[in-house]
This record gives sequence, C-alpha cells and structure tokens, in this order.
Amino acid sequence: MIEVRHISKSFADKQVLFDINVDFETGKTNMIIGASGTGKSVLLKCIVGLIKPDEGTVEFNGRSFANASKEVQTEIRREMGMLFQGGALFDSLNVEANVMFPLNVLTKQSYEEKLERVNFCLERVGLEDVNSKMPSEISGGMKKRVGIARAIVTKPNYLFCDEPNSGLDPQTSIKIDNLIKDITDEYGITTVVVSHDMNSVLEIGDKVNFMHEGRILWTGPSDDIGDSDVQELNDFVFAGRLMKMVKGV
Amino acid sequence: MFDKANNLSVRNFMKSLGKFIIFLGQLFVRRESFKTYVTRIVDESIKVGYNSVFIVVIVSAFMGAVTTVQTAYNLISPLIADPVIALVVRDMTLIELAPTITAIVYAGKVGSNIAGELGTMKITEQVDALEVMGINATSYLVLPKIIASILMFPVLVIMAGFVSIYGGYLTAQLTGVISGTDYILGIQMDFIPFQVTFALIKAVVFGFLVAAISSYKGYFTSGGALEVGQSSTNAVTSSCIAILAGDYLLAYLLAPLLTP
Repeated sequence: MIEVRHISKSFADKQVLFDINVDFETGKTNMIIGASGTGKSVLLKCIVGLIKPDEGTVEFNGRSFANASKEVQTEIRREMGMLFQGGALFDSLNVEANVMFPLNVLTKQSYEEKLERVNFCLERVGLEDVNSKMPSEISGGMKKRVGIARAIVTKPNYLFCDEPNSGLDPQTSIKIDNLIKDITDEYGITTVVVSHDMNSVLEIGDKVNFMHEGRILWTGPSDDIGDSDVQELNDFVFAGRLMKMVKGV
Repeated sequence: MFDKANNLSVRNFMKSLGKFIIFLGQLFVRRESFKTYVTRIVDESIKVGYNSVFIVVIVSAFMGAVTTVQTAYNLISPLIADPVIALVVRDMTLIELAPTITAIVYAGKVGSNIAGELGTMKITEQVDALEVMGINATSYLVLPKIIASILMFPVLVIMAGFVSIYGGYLTAQLTGVISGTDYILGIQMDFIPFQVTFALIKAVVFGFLVAAISSYKGYFTSGGALEVGQSSTNAVTSSCIAILAGDYLLAYLLAPLLTP
C-alpha cells in the first residue's frame, strides 16, 4: 500500500500540486487519470522520489519515503519497478543487457541465474529471440514490453507506469494494458498507472483517481466512472465521440 | 547599469560554480560496487582514450611539422646554431602544445561526446530510470568518465609529444630546413626533465576539467534535441575556457621550476 499525504509542489511561481491525498492499494491497478498538464506525471515523480515535494509525505507499507534519508530511499527504490513513457531503454545496451542491468547492479547472482531470469521476463512480456537486438532496432511497442520486463526483473513490490500506451496503436495498447494487469494480479504488487487513455482506464483500472488542475477531484472504481456527478470528470470521460456514443448522448 | 549587469553575471557565475561543486560532491555518495566501476572505467577509457588516438596523432604530427618550419624560418641567422630550432620545437611541444592544443582537440571530440551522451540520456529519462532503480546516476555515469579521462589524457599527451617531435624530425628531413643530426642534437640540448612532469600535471588537470565540465553541462540538460546540441556546444566552449585559464594558472605556479 502506498499512502500519499498532503503533497504539494510548485515550480517557480506556478503551483502544480495542491494538497494531494491518495492511497494506492496492494494487488490492484491504481490509475491516475486526467488531461495533459494537470500534474499526473509530477505526482508520479514525487511518489518515486524523482521530484522532491514542497510539502507532504509518501509512505510505502508504512515506511516514509519523501523525507527519508538517501539510504532509506535507495532501499525502498530497490523494491520499485518503473515503465517510462518512452521506454527509457539504455541506447548503448542490447535488449538482454537492458533487462539484466538491474540484476547486474543490484544483485550478486551468477550470469546463468541472471540470464534465466531475463529470459523468463522477456518471455513473460511476449518477447523471444530479441535478446541481441539494440533498442533502435525494435518497435515502440516492443520497447515498452522490454521496459516492463526490465521493471519486473527484480521482482518489485511496486510497479509504476507513466503513460504506458502513449504513441501506440490501439491493439498494441490493449496488449500492454493487459500485460500490466496480468503482472499486477500474478505477483500481487501495487501498480500505479498514469494515463489519459480512457480505453486503458476501462480495460485495467481497479481504482481510478481523476486529477484536474493539480487536485484529485474523484476517486472510485472504474465501473462507476460514467456515473460521476463531477463535471470536470464527465467532460474528460465523454470528450470523445466514441464515449458519447456509449453513453448515448 | 553596467555595475548591475556585472553583478548579475558574477552572481550567475557563482551560482553555477556552487552547483558544479555540489554536482562533484554527488559523485562520492551512494556509490555502487567496486567491480561495477572497474567495468565502467575500462569502457570509458576505450571511448575517451583509444578512440581519440587517431585525431591526436594527426593533429600532433602537423603541430610538430608546422612548429619546425615556422621556427626554422624565424631563426635564420648565422649567430644561431641549427640545433636551437629543434630545441625550440621540443620546448614548445612539451611545455605548451602537446598538453594544451591536445586538450582543446580533446574537448572538441570527447567533451562534446560526453555532454551529448548525458544530455540525451537525461531527456529520454534514462537517467531517471537509473535513479528509480536506486542507483546514484551521477556517480554511476559521471565518475567513471572523469577517472577514465584523468587516466587516459596523460597517455594521449605523451603520445602527442612523441608524434609532434617525430613529425618535426620528418619535416626537417623532407624540407631540409635542418639536418637530422642537428635535430636530434637539438632535442637533447639543455633538456630539463621537469618539462615532462609539467606536461603530465597539465594533462591530469585538463583531463579532469574536460570530463567534469562536459558531464556537468550534459547532466543538467532539459528540453529536447535542440538543448542537447546547445549543451554539447557549451561543454566545448566552457572546457576550452577552463583549459586556457588552468594553463595560465599552472604556468604561473610551476614555470619557475622549469629554470635549469
């Protein structure tokens, strides 16, 4: 369980996050949704410690993170896996080395053990025979899948995904979404997904947090999202023609 | 008005200097295992050292050739013995040209490469990926580059010194401005061994400056491809200025030791 309490963040004179309070539950796919520029990615970066919040705390299973010492932060971070928007694969390493990288740095396993784990993770995300390919030689969807494999290779307790299906076609998006959902269910980890894709929300979201102008305006299960009386959420959800057709408006 | 602008520049400079010192301090906290660094240092040494050999050899050979020809034409006098030309070439090469000009070339090749690489890693979130894994990205990425540069640049300077003096010898032979015997006599004349030490001290300092400044410029890149290009340019410009300032400071401090 990740508990976010009273997180606020400003950049120069512009306040981006206003007193955010939110819980991300274990074993569930927790979504943070909202329009572009509402502070979703900043909140995610505050949670994983890439940005230091001005105020507030983040607790991972009761362990404080945001204001903890560097050593404690490192310890907690080693239980995290993160999928970045563009994959963030290391350009100079091939697929196998990219996935093996966290094991090389964080564990003392033998090469054979690491290779076995890497191959297992690559197979888990549906990638085979790509070990020797460089990131520049694989497609956007494959990069995301390699990113997921790298994120889960150390068996993390927390998985964070920043816009996992941005720039992907609808079919590949669904594959990535299902993969995230399956991994969350299979390992019982706490997954936090930042997205603005309504299809993802309905497909995999167990619990949805809607952000608007730096504030969480609505929290609930994805099944209830269409029945909300929050105007901003309705505007966001039913912005597209398809969703309007579904709603019958 | 001028004072106000001046104060602002001084303040910005001091701010950047402070940020640079904090950045260097970050290299030594939360380090990874020794084995990790050894592998990284070997990789970086190949990148900054071995891959720079070609350009250093070419530049040094021409540096020696040009110095020999220019010196020979400027010292045409019955009162000056021919070996003096080689002596001048040797002194210029060891004291100034091999460490300083090679450092400028090195800043252009290695400095821009370091800034471009780190800048790209920064904007494509590869640096963030390292941080999320609990790795001190500054230490993991930058420390091996600085150590490799401090180790490899003196080797390049030694190579530059040899190639430059040999380039001068070949030019002397080909053009006939000075005989081979006189050239060899000249490069042995009044030799002060501290000249080599001085060149190596400069090499260590310049190697550090180029790697540290370029890493700093690359690491704090934000934006897109345009900013990565700007960081590379800034890295080369700042490194060159630092090399020249460092050269002056070292000359001021150590030149008195060069007297026989």
